[in-house]
Amino acid sequence: MNVLNFVNAFFSDGAHWHGYDGIPTRLVEHVQYTLMALGLAAAIGLPVGLLTGHTGRGGNAVAFVATAARALPSFGLLVLIAVVVGIGLLPVMIPLVVLAVPPILVTTYEAVRSLDPAPVDAARGMGMTETGILFRVELPVALPLVLSGLRSAAIQVVSTATIAAYVSLGGLGRYIIDGLYQRDYEKVVGGAALVALLALVTLAVFWAAGRFVVSPGVRRR
Amino acid sequence: MNGFFDIPSDLDNTYFGLIGLHLREALLPVLAGLLAALPLAQLCVRFRWLYPPVLGVTTVFYAIPSLAVFVVLIDYTGQTELTVMIPLAVYSLVVLVPAIVDGVRSVPEETLAASTAMGFGPVRRYLQVQLPIAVPAILAGLRVAVASSISLVSVGALIGNQGALGNLLADAQKYGRPELAVNSVLTTAVLAILCDAVLVLVRNLLTPWMPRGRRQRPKEAAARPEPQEAAAK
Amino acid sequence: MDSVTKRYPDGTVAVDRLSLEIPDRSITVLVGPSGCGKTTTLRMINRMVEPSEGTILLDGEDLQRQPVTTLRRSMGYVIQNAGLFQHRTILDNIATVPRMLGRGKQKSRERAAELMERVGLDASLAKRYPYQLSGGQQQRVGVARALAADPPVLLMDEPFSAVDPVVRKGLQDELLRIQDELGKTIVFVTHDIDEAIKLGTMVAVMRTGGRLAQFAPPAELLSDPADAFVEDFLGADRGIRRLSFFSSAGLELTRGPVVRADAGAERLAAADGAPHLLVTDADGRPLGWAEPRGLSAGDLAAGPLLSCGRPFVPGTDSLRAALDCAVLSPTGWAVAVDADGRVIGVVSQQTIGEAIRSAHGAGSPGDERTAEEPADVTKVAP
Repeated sequence: MNVLNFVNAFFSDGAHWHGYDGIPTRLVEHVQYTLMALGLAAAIGLPVGLLTGHTGRGGNAVAFVATAARALPSFGLLVLIAVVVGIGLLPVMIPLVVLAVPPILVTTYEAVRSLDPAPVDAARGMGMTETGILFRVELPVALPLVLSGLRSAAIQVVSTATIAAYVSLGGLGRYIIDGLYQRDYEKVVGGAALVALLALVTLAVFWAAGRFVVSPGVRRR
Repeated sequence: MNGFFDIPSDLDNTYFGLIGLHLREALLPVLAGLLAALPLAQLCVRFRWLYPPVLGVTTVFYAIPSLAVFVVLIDYTGQTELTVMIPLAVYSLVVLVPAIVDGVRSVPEETLAASTAMGFGPVRRYLQVQLPIAVPAILAGLRVAVASSISLVSVGALIGNQGALGNLLADAQKYGRPELAVNSVLTTAVLAILCDAVLVLVRNLLTPWMPRGRRQRPKEAAARPEPQEAAAK
Repeated sequence: MDSVTKRYPDGTVAVDRLSLEIPDRSITVLVGPSGCGKTTTLRMINRMVEPSEGTILLDGEDLQRQPVTTLRRSMGYVIQNAGLFQHRTILDNIATVPRMLGRGKQKSRERAAELMERVGLDASLAKRYPYQLSGGQQQRVGVARALAADPPVLLMDEPFSAVDPVVRKGLQDELLRIQDELGKTIVFVTHDIDEAIKLGTMVAVMRTGGRLAQFAPPAELLSDPADAFVEDFLGADRGIRRLSFFSSAGLELTRGPVVRADAGAERLAAADGAPHLLVTDADGRPLGWAEPRGLSAGDLAAGPLLSCGRPFVPGTDSLRAALDCAVLSPTGWAVAVDADGRVIGVVSQQTIGEAIRSAHGAGSPGDERTAEEPADVTKVAP
């Protein structure tokens, strides 16, 4: 199958492993974009989701923001911002953050809101402060779902961060965009394979994080 | 903004023609994805061991950038709408399978037992009990699939004007007309929101039994059975 | 609790001008049908619900004066389904409040282990997680958690409603035992009138609309229901249940029909005229009832014997237990034994009936738990 041949050819070409267009450089760039966008999205989505979930208020606002953010096309946003403010990191970060906020926000909100109310009632009755309830009772139990929201956001960002190359930045998208213009399918397929690999690594990282931070009492084993 | 709706002639289409094209390129793949996802999800419900590997494989598919798939597919299907629609169908499938599996699995054990006791066969039980109860979860998956599909069609612009409204983005750069990019983004967003509203309406029509407005917190069963896992561990 | 009212913004009145004086170091039960405001009343005591009008005083001090978290940490709180923290081990669940109060981790855990033992939980469960426990065990953890900081007040909101009847009875007995040892001021909410009568030193019956129908010790509730609502709520057999509060100590026992299996002819002759004879073994333990006719001396145990059923212990068991023995007995006579199970006499249904009539005539019953009630009932409310 020629896709596999492309992958093989791509990775066995020594030139792809060195220099500013080498795989290590592009990989690091890609991871940087991903982490930055995910961090920004988490900084917005987690606190808002936790707070609205805890109070049970603002559910409609959360749903509205998520719907609106999902409706905005990432690629369109990228081109629009690039056309208006010029190329740079901003046109890349805005679409990626817009992409990552809805899954984080919605799952966090749902995770906290749908918790069994009895332990929360017990904690309040014991004299725990509201902050204490949120962080020591609700969050630990909601954590698996919260992580799953972060995970799906991360996968989408890893995949979509390729658009950075369209506005002259680096990352693994470089191979795909350059391959497209140079009619070099080997490069396109190689870049796509690297992105898929990165997605697998992301899954593994979240799986490990789940094992590490989620209490065995919540995991039920 | 002057010339906001002034579509460049190289697109060979009108504003509303682009909208129709965009909807077709976005929604047909979702439909195909849904038709493929239903049997696949049912298999995953029936054979539990199948679910994790299916989930893993589909997630990796989901992570492959659409542009890369477009480029590779050009060799087989040319610079056509089909090239854009194939990956979108796969993405829809990936979103819908877990939504359907979780939805069908969320049907309470007692409800299933009751319907079996009433004499439902497996097929009738699936169509008349499990699927209707799973509707809210499936519709939630469809909402995500439709939104992302509508958004991704635009990327088709990069493989030779196959992105419907996305083609306006390319022209915005080509002719230096930012208002075309604004038009593209806004129209796409409005389309996505309208489709979402339609899906919410459909859900409300299909699930008249669901309490409207604020949903109740799920309440734990009053009495817990003796845990069986405790002894086995 | 002085004329406390809770009115919700939509106009519903959950609790209506309720005044209650909750006695120190005893169990006060709030009971009533669903929606009568009993849970709201309880939750106003730890300010999970703020009263719209009226004041609640604890040892003469207004609850509103304290910061709400300090107040709650000084009161144990137990709810239905326990509400355990599923991400923490049993030991850490119980140690929650001591840890919040800033006691050291080690110290809190030692205290938690001590409490596990007190509520009858095996130490091997300490490292388990809540999902690995049965409903009854979880509820014990809930009680232990509430007791962890040794609060003077314990609030219990239908704590035993979600467990099956057998487990519930065990938990109730356990609670009474713990209360005997610790002497907390317990406010207990239930919709089960039997539970209220079993556990309560004082019982407050509430009616829909959040009004107090009657506040009295359980025996008084059964003998003198304030109105038709309370009478109806108590159920049809309140007369029988009230007998639980009369001691069987005063029953006149007779040894006439009691014979040992190896009794001689003259002993049989002495018992002549009795319709049945209770045959005992050499140690005086009951074997069964025998028909006197056709019996020959020396081998009473060889003949056909009717079961004598479960005996009662005068003084320990109530009149209700004695009556129950008599009703279940094939001969209509109840068998009385001492603490070692030796027969001390028998008593007929008729004699028990007379005892019931004279007890009712005497007015207040000789309730054991009422007698134990501390004399210095300090006031919780003015």
